Amino acid sequence: PPQALPCTQLLVFVTTPDCDGFPSLDSKESYKLSVSEGSLLLSADAVWGALRGLETFSQLVGRDQNGTYYINKTEIVDFPRFPHRGLLLDTSRHYLPLRAILETLDVMAYNKFNVFHWHIVDDPSFPYESSTFPELSKQGAFNAMSHVYTAGDVRTVVEHARLCGIRVIVEFDTPGHTLSWGPGAPGLLTPCYSGKHPSGTYGPINPILNSTYQFVTSLFQEVSSVFPDFFLHLGGDEVDFTCWKSNPEIHAFMKQMGFGEDYRKLESFYIQRLLDIVSSLGKGSILWQEVFDNGVKLRPDSIIHVWKSSKPYMDEMADVTKAGYQALLSTPWYLNRISYGQDWMAAYQVEPLKFEGSAKQKDLVIGGEACMWGEYVDVTNLTPRLW
Amino acid sequence: AMGRAVGLAGLLVGFFLVSAVLVSTSLRHGAPRAEPGPESAEWEDTSGSGPEDSLWPLPQWVRTSRHQLQLAPDRFQLLHGAGSSAGPACGLLQDAFRRYYEYMFGQSRWRKRSRGPLGDRAAPELLQLQVVIESQHSGCHSYPHLGSSEAYHLTVTEPVAVLKADEVWGALRGLETFSQLVHEDGYGSFLVNETEIDDFPRFAHRGILLDSSRHYLPVKSILTNLDAMAFNKFNVLHWHIVDDQSFPYQSIYFPELSDKGAYSYNHIYTPSDVRLVIEYARLRGIRVIPEFDTPGHTQSWGKGQKDLLTPCYDEEQPTGSFGPVNPILNTTYDFMTKFFKEISSVFPDAYIHLGGDEVNFNCWKSNPDVKEFMKKQGFGTDYAKLESYYIQKILDIVSSYNKGYMVWQEVFDNKAQLKPDTVVQVWMENNYAHELSSVTGAGFTAILAAPWYLDYISYGQDWKKYHSVEPLNFPGSEKQKKLLIGGEACLWGEFVDATNLTPRLWPRASAVGERLWSSSNVTDLADAYKRLTNHRCRMLRRGISAEPVFVGYCAHEAR
Repeated sequence: PPQALPCTQLLVFVTTPDCDGFPSLDSKESYKLSVSEGSLLLSADAVWGALRGLETFSQLVGRDQNGTYYINKTEIVDFPRFPHRGLLLDTSRHYLPLRAILETLDVMAYNKFNVFHWHIVDDPSFPYESSTFPELSKQGAFNAMSHVYTAGDVRTVVEHARLCGIRVIVEFDTPGHTLSWGPGAPGLLTPCYSGKHPSGTYGPINPILNSTYQFVTSLFQEVSSVFPDFFLHLGGDEVDFTCWKSNPEIHAFMKQMGFGEDYRKLESFYIQRLLDIVSSLGKGSILWQEVFDNGVKLRPDSIIHVWKSSKPYMDEMADVTKAGYQALLSTPWYLNRISYGQDWMAAYQVEPLKFEGSAKQKDLVIGGEACMWGEYVDVTNLTPRLW
Repeated sequence: AMGRAVGLAGLLVGFFLVSAVLVSTSLRHGAPRAEPGPESAEWEDTSGSGPEDSLWPLPQWVRTSRHQLQLAPDRFQLLHGAGSSAGPACGLLQDAFRRYYEYMFGQSRWRKRSRGPLGDRAAPELLQLQVVIESQHSGCHSYPHLGSSEAYHLTVTEPVAVLKADEVWGALRGLETFSQLVHEDGYGSFLVNETEIDDFPRFAHRGILLDSSRHYLPVKSILTNLDAMAFNKFNVLHWHIVDDQSFPYQSIYFPELSDKGAYSYNHIYTPSDVRLVIEYARLRGIRVIPEFDTPGHTQSWGKGQKDLLTPCYDEEQPTGSFGPVNPILNTTYDFMTKFFKEISSVFPDAYIHLGGDEVNFNCWKSNPDVKEFMKKQGFGTDYAKLESYYIQKILDIVSSYNKGYMVWQEVFDNKAQLKPDTVVQVWMENNYAHELSSVTGAGFTAILAAPWYLDYISYGQDWKKYHSVEPLNFPGSEKQKKLLIGGEACLWGEFVDATNLTPRLWPRASAVGERLWSSSNVTDLADAYKRLTNHRCRMLRRGISAEPVFVGYCAHEAR
């Protein structure tokens, strides 16, 4: 074969660098790659596109049996179909050491994912070290000395992600999924009642107290400054009304507010105030679908995250986008639900836009997320289960 | 465990049972023991966060007390006791002493320990664990086998604990148990409760099947797995070493088999690799039973051994593809004679697994020479007869090398003539209890794998279903039930290699391990959950990346 011409440089042109900025939903990830005799050119509008192009370039480089590296003449024009391509990790059901998170970010970059959805706290444990409320992790982490994410850890994750063109969207899921918040924030959770007396157990965040909203404001103030992305994920899933129903003060409040027996109205009351708080902090909100399903009054720029399989998820995607909200799809991508065989095929064959709706509606689907919930996952099996 | 009975009634029952056990154990161990005296009132219920909360598998008989003894890492010794038939020349035990010392005290090596008295908590000190091998033939320099004794008796009292076993295999099991009793308190002190344990396995064959053909498994991953097996008292590595997809076994007589049949030169087990695995296993009381599965599952053999496999035909023409081993050629049996001569000498275990599963008859049916042979032999169109004809010849070859053999159930189902000491492995899930009845009813030994295919992963705590299997739940006489000698957890390799082997096998296989070792009445899943989660954290500490059982954490894992 003719002697291959040596290529010594890959030239990277970026129109609008913004090297020190953070990626966002609107970031341009498109790039052009041109490989020909004596010329290797990667051009992109933004650094984020350059990162994507570098990954592609690295996938084109081969090595022959003599050990020589080579690349074929190639022309690539590339851009993502969906701007939000995320991965959820759950660090509450099991603590994940920092190295596991950083390794995951690296592999995400190899696969052109651009959102790390950090489901950082939940019922079982609270590993996030808050500077405003240090007791939260002191009382709520599995082990307050070892199984925590310090402010330094969080900074490391955010920066490592940034360098890979990955946004970090943190989720502080409320008002349900908050049992671990209780020990470090007395009075935050609703005391459940057994007949006339407190049973000693707790339920979701107590939506009727002013102290709740003061707490939430302070916490989210801190979270908003620690996590630079415009969006925060506020959760809002699986709120069990049983505890609220058992509590006499809440009962009284329901009466006072004219909510009747419809506890979804109480949930809505909480969420709306939460959304206002978060908005006033200059952040956007992403919420699990229940918030939409339960008729909560949302802000028009709220993003709804579809995850439930109780009704065909494509119907939910249609409903959410019909109502004018942007949607994220996760339902068919719950990677924690393992099964025997090549299940990657089922995930691959999902078509996110396969629902009845106008072109305008379909534009509201901004992407999706693969979710790796942590009930059965920690650092021992995370990587082979995910990839 | 009987020692946990609560209350006076329980104590009395316990007394009675203890005496009964002592009578039977004295028959195994020689001299009868003195019965427990008045201080037995101290042996009360220590459940809660008790010392047996991390025993796995649960021993046959455990009695603990609240009395704790302290161990000082730089003074504590594991050594041979007086009267033991094993001594410092017993490499297997010397190795085990060092290994278990490391497991117990490993992390704390960096802490300075004074040579003075141990703190002012004044718990008495346990200075030694003495290991006494009681049988003349300790087994030190031999290989474990189906009839080996794995029973042991452990007494932990001050100042010296004693571990008695017939053979070194029991001592290995006892050391593992002892290491599970030693725990660290909040101050970093090593403690052990006064304990007495009498233990032996319910089933003699407790195996793990690994498949190194669908994916090559680096030697390191096999050795790590042998460590994990020892932590769980497994005693057989069923090495399904070759199959259709690749032939990684480097044969001395037939080097072309792996030259042409392995995935690559890097995906090979050299004779030295094989020796390493066998010896590493031996030191842990684990038998290595290789499986060379024929006549099916042999595509990779054909690459390096011309004319071994049956050429398939389409009408009158060979298609270029091949089927199972060709049973009609003399060359086939010449090859097998030589090949199994090598295998018989390379693998010291008394048994070789010969496979015999899933033989697809289509290729044989298409081949005119085979059809001709069927006619001549009077087999009609019953290809199971041809399969049996082949198998029998292989069985005879292997027998001539004084090896026993294990086969998959099809060999029995298709009515081949088996030697009486053949072990039949029941693997088909559908109605396996019925198959167990048939196999044992025909007088053959059986091992159970059907409910324990761990490669079949699913969401949730599937360890529970593995733990809940009762192998003897099949219709049959007492005599028949005795023929079920154990079982195996199988991890077929279609979707498994070194990247996910350990977390996929462990701790799920641990559930199988307890079912095969412990008494049939160890079925409380809530108690098992507690012990299993502790056991899993311990495996993590010892370098086994066992996956989580459920939500939670282990202290030593945050980095």
